[in-house]
Amino acid sequence: MKTFIASLASLLLLVLPGSSRAGTVTVKGSDTLVILGQRWAEEFMKKNPNTKLQVTGGGSGVGLSALINGTTDIAMSSRPIKDTENQQLSARTKAKATEIAVAKDGVTFYVNESNKLDALTAEQLRDIYLGDITNWKDVGGPDAPIVVYSRENSSGTYVFVKDHVLKGEDYTPSAQTLPGTAAVVNAVAKEKHGIGYGGAAYAKGIKELKVLQGKEAIAPSEANIKSGKYPLSRELYFYLRARPEGEAKAFLDYILSPEGQALATKVGYFPVK
Amino acid sequence: MDRQVSMQGQGLVGMVAVAPKLSSAARRRQLREKVIAGVITAMAFTGIAALVLILVFVAKEALALFLDAEARHEASLSKMFLPQVTRAGRPATFMWQPVSSVPKVSMIPLFIGTLKTTLVSMVVAVPVGVAGALFAAEFAPRRLREVLKPTIELLAGIPSVVLGFFVLMVLASFMQDTFGVSSRLNALVAGLGLSLAIVPVIFTVTEDALTAVPRSYREASLALGATPWETAWKVVLPAAAPGILAACVLGFGRAIGETMIVLMASGNAAIVSASLTDSARTLSATIAAEMGEVVVGSPHYSLLFFLGVELFVFTFVLNMLATTWTRRVLKRLSGAGA
Repeated sequence: MKTFIASLASLLLLVLPGSSRAGTVTVKGSDTLVILGQRWAEEFMKKNPNTKLQVTGGGSGVGLSALINGTTDIAMSSRPIKDTENQQLSARTKAKATEIAVAKDGVTFYVNESNKLDALTAEQLRDIYLGDITNWKDVGGPDAPIVVYSRENSSGTYVFVKDHVLKGEDYTPSAQTLPGTAAVVNAVAKEKHGIGYGGAAYAKGIKELKVLQGKEAIAPSEANIKSGKYPLSRELYFYLRARPEGEAKAFLDYILSPEGQALATKVGYFPVK
Repeated sequence: MDRQVSMQGQGLVGMVAVAPKLSSAARRRQLREKVIAGVITAMAFTGIAALVLILVFVAKEALALFLDAEARHEASLSKMFLPQVTRAGRPATFMWQPVSSVPKVSMIPLFIGTLKTTLVSMVVAVPVGVAGALFAAEFAPRRLREVLKPTIELLAGIPSVVLGFFVLMVLASFMQDTFGVSSRLNALVAGLGLSLAIVPVIFTVTEDALTAVPRSYREASLALGATPWETAWKVVLPAAAPGILAACVLGFGRAIGETMIVLMASGNAAIVSASLTDSARTLSATIAAEMGEVVVGSPHYSLLFFLGVELFVFTFVLNMLATTWTRRVLKRLSGAGA
């Protein structure tokens, strides 16, 4: 009898955490957004101890497909949702995803600190990533092959660069794909002839390239990104299956409040307003 | 083993039926034996059932590739295995970019990447593992052997993500500084990392096979005047050949399926090239990198499961070949012995 009670109690213990999941909001997706999402969640949970927020990364595609599959409440994405993804979602929920811009970011191209180049034109970047230019000397650098780093195709930044820099064409097959922006930064910091890309917030230990437009080299600075002058500025989004309600709405309200937006600036992104 | 157990179980059943009169204590004992045998049999079959279920699941998910019209259009066999024109005005190439607006799903670069990393790891790990085992089993003084064996086996306990991190941060830089290759992460570096993971596998199994060779073989060889080296090389090693081959097959299986190390250290560029110092993308790393992102049921999803089926087929065929070869060697050895 004793063992029976004990096993019943342990069974209850197993079930309990599951039933308390009702107050948990899961947030999943973009690796660009994950550091900011986690900071937001921490601060929000300090103020609202009853709400549990789970923030995980994996890439924008991961977040959006989790949203479509119904395994996350909120998807973080560094790119707008694709039409095909919206169709897949509405096939299941009979509605389109709710899109909320939460911060601004500039996609930056990184080179090694020892690289003498300071700025490249958008066309040169495109040619490098298409594989048409394979040597630094063709863009005014030393005579050395360019080692091209890219992101896994689940990344929103991958899609952003593909759409805005490559104009929809495919990356050169010899681009090495790395999981996570931090890995790209680390690789470029170690590779003298490397080039990579990622969110501006990550750029530490490497040199950020300016984008040359006509004679003006535009740096990915706060002012240029906020004003949209930097050509590779983008908005970062949260997606929901329906209009936000309850705890998810409270979280989003906090993010869009001046306090939440100030936190975005602190992490290295820029406010949407 | 499970067959033996179940046969024993049947034997017991037969005995119970035939035995005319037993004391109740003996009958209870027999019943208990029967239950125990049944439980053991059930456990053995759970493993088999799990394997079959996994197989059925993977095959079912991959099958959509051939049944679904959209998937058939997007990823037909010719698109998987023949060169395709990917950019207007360029020669047809093999390209793996399944999330492109026009998906390119050639598996050739993935095969080549897998082959390159696995071959490098085998070329390094087989001699090191077998020689290490031969030394440990035949030549090492007892005390050294007692240190050597657990140390190498400890290497097997290192999580592959830690090995991958070491390769990514240390070995890759070292290789580039020493040999000046253009890409830091490449098939050679990934293969060396893999070999760290499979040396302990090959070492342990080979060592067991060598120590299992009967003592009388060695004594006979030494009595005939052969040196210890000749005995080890010409008598013990051939006698343990089936075991060593099994060790290599195990190592190969681990190398081809190992994911974390290649994901971190190979550079993951899907290119067709024979050079070992170019980046490579393997089948397993592709599954790991892309599975998190696909929408369940999409052609890309089925495609990744198809890659899984291919990995399984590779290891299965290799295991089959190795088993037949082992049987033939065993036959020859026992034939020569008789």
